[in-house]
Amino acid sequence: MTDPNKTPKIRVRGLHVAFGDNKVLRGLDLDVGNGESVVIIGGSGSGKSVLLKCILGLIEPDSGSIEIDGKEVVGLYGRARDRVNAKIDMLFQGAALFDSLPVWENVAFGLIQTQRIARNAARDVAIQKLAQVGLGPDVADLWPAELSGGMKKRVGLARAIAADPEVIFFDEPTTGLDPIMGDVINDLIVKCVRGLGATGLSITHDMASARKIADRIAMLFEGRIIWQGPVSEIDSSKNAHVDQFIHGRAEGPIQMQVRG
Amino acid sequence: MPILSPIGRAFLGFLAATGRLGMFTATATSHCVRPPFYARLILRQMVEIGYYSLPVVGMTTLFTGMVLALQTNSSFSSINAESATATVVVFAVTRELAPVLAGLMVAGRIGAAIAAEIGTMRVTEQVDALSTLSVNPFKYLIAPRLIAGAMMLPLLVFIGDIIGIFGGFLISVYQLDFNAANYLSRTWQFLEWVGVVSGLVKAAAFGFIVSLMGCYHGYHSRGGAQGVGAATTNAVVSASILILIANYIITAMFFGT
Repeated sequence: MTDPNKTPKIRVRGLHVAFGDNKVLRGLDLDVGNGESVVIIGGSGSGKSVLLKCILGLIEPDSGSIEIDGKEVVGLYGRARDRVNAKIDMLFQGAALFDSLPVWENVAFGLIQTQRIARNAARDVAIQKLAQVGLGPDVADLWPAELSGGMKKRVGLARAIAADPEVIFFDEPTTGLDPIMGDVINDLIVKCVRGLGATGLSITHDMASARKIADRIAMLFEGRIIWQGPVSEIDSSKNAHVDQFIHGRAEGPIQMQVRG
Repeated sequence: MPILSPIGRAFLGFLAATGRLGMFTATATSHCVRPPFYARLILRQMVEIGYYSLPVVGMTTLFTGMVLALQTNSSFSSINAESATATVVVFAVTRELAPVLAGLMVAGRIGAAIAAEIGTMRVTEQVDALSTLSVNPFKYLIAPRLIAGAMMLPLLVFIGDIIGIFGGFLISVYQLDFNAANYLSRTWQFLEWVGVVSGLVKAAAFGFIVSLMGCYHGYHSRGGAQGVGAATTNAVVSASILILIANYIITAMFFGT
């Protein structure tokens, strides 16, 4: 658990988000400590991605507070928002590589555009970051369309760590990958986050991935965190919702809406 | 009243959409005039919008000029006014046909391409990725396209003017047996500044409209391939209609009194 005396890296309080009549988040509270890796689990459509987008300012919450390093970030825009987002990078679900740019420029994008590093120097950094995720320099000049799903995720990871961010978000990092490639990505995530000393916040419904990359797991259900605790306690949570989710049972307190 | 409520809802929806577009236009325009500028991207869009549209605009204006000469000659011969052919071609091409037809062709070519590209970037989260990398999508994606659109269309239309007038000349001289020197001197005589300039002003407005509609519909596209398809259609249709409306307004401003 986070030390209550220290300011958490990310502190979310009473977050409400609704799209029309669909109340996605209903008073979500969450603390993520500095250097900690928290994984949020929850069913499809439970609002996990919405939480990340709120923290990044891509979605404006209806009410609630989000603090990063003790400073309120809800409602920031322009330069102030850029300064906050400069601390955070993200590995998107589909990697979200810019397909108009070669791989190395994707990785070096933040360095070239916001840190104004010369293209040649940025390319060297990109190749070094690609090596960290196990890709050779020959990949640097390929186009995103030429990469396999696993390679795209690796390039996305290299882009996320390129600017040495303080916080990294992972949106379903193993979705769409075979179990072995999924585990490779998990290992890389653990290695990169630890290597940078960064704070990690991941969302997933893949329990193998959650167990591997998390220090702490939080379960999101009906717009709130209904359980959180260290990975070691997830099997003895005595929470019927958590048990149903980690064992992947159709029967239980969580009723999936098959037809919306 | 159950009859009035759908009308009210539609009206409110229209106002909301107009407001959204207004906000989008204001934000996008403010990013066009404030640094930093992405010179590389602006240049790339200029090549894309300007250079690669040249064949389409050239063909359109060439055949328009040729048809104009034929039509004018056949219809004006009944009142013995065939000699007005050069005048009609030069007026119609520079004032109306080159800017409007080039605008509509570019709306089909560029408006659709912009909407599809930005729409795909939106649904594959590339637009969100830009924001996370602290790069403003308005600055990086939208401003270069608006600048390039508003700058390149006048250039295209200027070239289109020349090609269109030349098309009329070709038909008049080689098919309708006009005297080439006479035809050219009449063309020079009736080639007026206000006509050409109003055409180029129109072109700048149309270029801006085409890029703006492509960006707006692409940026707001939702839900995968179908959403991108709808965005593309909407971009082309709305750009075309706005071009025709803007054409009337600008014409009224130049020649209304």
